[in-house]
Amino acid sequence: MISLNNPGSKVIMSGNEAMARGALEAGVDFCTSYPGSPTVEVAESLFRLDPKYNVYGEWSVNEMVALEAAAAASFAGLRALCVMKQNGLAVTSDFLLSLNHPGTRGGLVIVVGDDPGAHSSINEVDSRHFARHAEVPLLEPADVSEARDMMAWAFELSEKLETYVILRVVTRVCHARGNLVLNEIPEKPQKNVQVEPWDRFLCIAPMHGMVHSRQAQARQTYEESLFNSYTGPDEAESVIVASGPAVLYAREAMELLNLDSKVGLLKLGTTWPLPHNWILERLQKTSNIVFFEETDPFLEQNITSVLAQFGSKTYNFFGQASGHISGEAGPGLGELNTDLAVRGLAKIFDLPDPTSLPETGQLKDILKVSIPEREMALCPGCPHRSSFWAIKSALELDGRKGFVLGDIGCYTLGASKSGFWLLRSVMCMGSGVGLANGFGQLYRFSMDQPVLAVMGDSTFFHACLPALVNGIYNRADFIAVILDNSITAMTGFQPHPGVGVKATGEEVKPLSIEKVTESIGLKTVVADPHKLDETIPVLYDLLQEKGPRVLILRKECALKAAKKELKTYRVISDLCAGDSCGCNNFCSSTFACQAISIGTDSKAVIDDVLCTGCGACVLLCPREAIEEVTKEEVSSSGKN
Amino acid sequence: MEKIKEPYNQIIAGVGGQGNILASALAGIAATKAGFNVVVGETYGASQRGGSVMSHVRLSREKTYGPLVPSGQADLIVAFEPLEALRVASKYANASTVIIVNPAPVYPVSVALKEASYPEIEDILKGLKSLAGDVFTVNATSIAREVATPKVQNIVMINAMSHYRGQPVQRSYYNDALEEFLQGAGLEQKEANKKAFLTYLELEQYN
Repeated sequence: MISLNNPGSKVIMSGNEAMARGALEAGVDFCTSYPGSPTVEVAESLFRLDPKYNVYGEWSVNEMVALEAAAAASFAGLRALCVMKQNGLAVTSDFLLSLNHPGTRGGLVIVVGDDPGAHSSINEVDSRHFARHAEVPLLEPADVSEARDMMAWAFELSEKLETYVILRVVTRVCHARGNLVLNEIPEKPQKNVQVEPWDRFLCIAPMHGMVHSRQAQARQTYEESLFNSYTGPDEAESVIVASGPAVLYAREAMELLNLDSKVGLLKLGTTWPLPHNWILERLQKTSNIVFFEETDPFLEQNITSVLAQFGSKTYNFFGQASGHISGEAGPGLGELNTDLAVRGLAKIFDLPDPTSLPETGQLKDILKVSIPEREMALCPGCPHRSSFWAIKSALELDGRKGFVLGDIGCYTLGASKSGFWLLRSVMCMGSGVGLANGFGQLYRFSMDQPVLAVMGDSTFFHACLPALVNGIYNRADFIAVILDNSITAMTGFQPHPGVGVKATGEEVKPLSIEKVTESIGLKTVVADPHKLDETIPVLYDLLQEKGPRVLILRKECALKAAKKELKTYRVISDLCAGDSCGCNNFCSSTFACQAISIGTDSKAVIDDVLCTGCGACVLLCPREAIEEVTKEEVSSSGKN
Repeated sequence: MEKIKEPYNQIIAGVGGQGNILASALAGIAATKAGFNVVVGETYGASQRGGSVMSHVRLSREKTYGPLVPSGQADLIVAFEPLEALRVASKYANASTVIIVNPAPVYPVSVALKEASYPEIEDILKGLKSLAGDVFTVNATSIAREVATPKVQNIVMINAMSHYRGQPVQRSYYNDALEEFLQGAGLEQKEANKKAFLTYLELEQYN
């Protein structure tokens, strides 16, 4: 899709695909990434290209290694791309803040996906601060087409300035689809690279001056950039300053409020370093400035500072600080949209708010109940649900108030209903077992509670190895529970070192998790989470031991398994006693599997579309009222 | 082409796993082929299944809009699930919004947990009618089951959407978009999707 070489044709792509296309149009040679929403498909689209495009691609073990590998390609003169989500940029930060010193050679672009509103993240992060921190150029596209344009230009810019460029995109650009007109994919000459005897890539303090001067040069370049524009009356008294998709929200809100003939819109695409002179000139005739951006007041603080230092007049500022521009939950919280822009501008310009919602009170009367929310939940048949049930059961049998530390993956939902609220901590990748190293030493302070830390298989390789080594070295008392569903499931089934497949599909020898843990001296037990009758006693026994130890709960992700032949289950109506059972509809309401609902006769019903045939409910039903449907019965009953 | 509202705002709503994103991608390709400037905004969380999913498909003859429809500004809502129809309508509908809804419920986990109850379908349809203009029902899940598999429910709904005369993209463009989409697909998948798109449908108006 991204490789259609038909210059001039208008197509529709997602923002992520458009960025991949931009990299391809710029002749990218090397792409590394650790998958993280919202930017997963940038790298994935490049990894799926025909080998004739000669783009090396890898899912790296984590973002730090991904950036180091991409930097090496750049040092050798190749064009390299490194893709990650907001939290990944923080993972790279030590290297990121060193790499700006030696700088780069071949164009090096870092794509970072910020997630205002935290649609698929645990937190909101504004990564633009990193560009200021590292004194490197930052670009912020407003829409899909601009994402492609900026990506293609970022490689040139990086080569001109000899430092890396950060392309900061938000979910509403990545996961949007929009039109763009294709440019040519150039023929790439065969590149032969070498590291010469005089090549040095050193981060040393005397290079600090180079960091400043590259930033000054970036500022000069940005003064002329066409990614910045002004629309509106020549001498507008009021100007809205916006970046990213907030530009589009502001523009539509101005139309809805009929402000577009009176108020100007200053769109910034090059948001660090700021083009001081261009901004000063554009805002010279203005008295009122409104800042509209996601998520932090980055432009608001930096532009007010520019105006204070270099401007020759005073202004009225409206934005997060004044409280006029705000997300649903308050300034700097959550996403913006056109409604919020209308609300903010109506307040500032003292206009009636034209957006009005229907009477919800009236609706409530008709419905008699409110509209129930759909909380995120583990999928039907998810092995994590069974794992959490096994852990919960074993901890209750043990009775010492053992607790579970969480980590990042689908199983983060262990902090919610469908994981029985089991997780007591959720922070960054690898933090569960990291915390277990501390809790696991507190027996000295008479804490006698068992300490468990869960982590996924991809997370194990990403960030857990140092903490496990620390555990064995310092004899911490914990159980590391590796929830191995044999894929990076949450971001869409990317392989990792344990899977045996590389990003481009090439098969490699899989790295065995148990061999790794056993080789560093950790007692390791492997069990099947869906076989609850076996797994609960295994964990109970492990709880009675001391020192750092590992339980691998291994079962393929239910969504992956569902693509193969499934087992089918049904409720034996005569055996299910419904409300008179006393189990309180255990299979659906306690085990929280969405594939089981309760019929009007209060008996359980299995939804054949949602059920993935894990069979865990068979073991849990106190009346043994759930049974497997044989293959013969399934085929004789037809597709129904 | 007849004059249409500028921009024309469509919202496709459903539950994770129902094929919402594929449907909105098809609608986007079809509208691009019909010559519109299209922007599609997807709202979905980290959950692969079970969460609310909503795609805003905005069509313009003139410009590029943001990926989110302002509240009360939907022209057409296509919902794969009745509760999601209501959730979206309560924020985005106005008195002339048209709603096409599959009335087969998918229960939220809170209903299974007995923490919430699911409204009666009749009450949901009444609610939709009070919020919007014309409301049409399509039994897409059972139709999909009859012609192929329940999984192609989304294509039955796209079929219904393309039949609705008030929307500005001709049905042939949806057909072309589906053809393009199915290029790399297996034979069984192709057949199932084509049947779902080509099967004859009656939009039943709810009064």
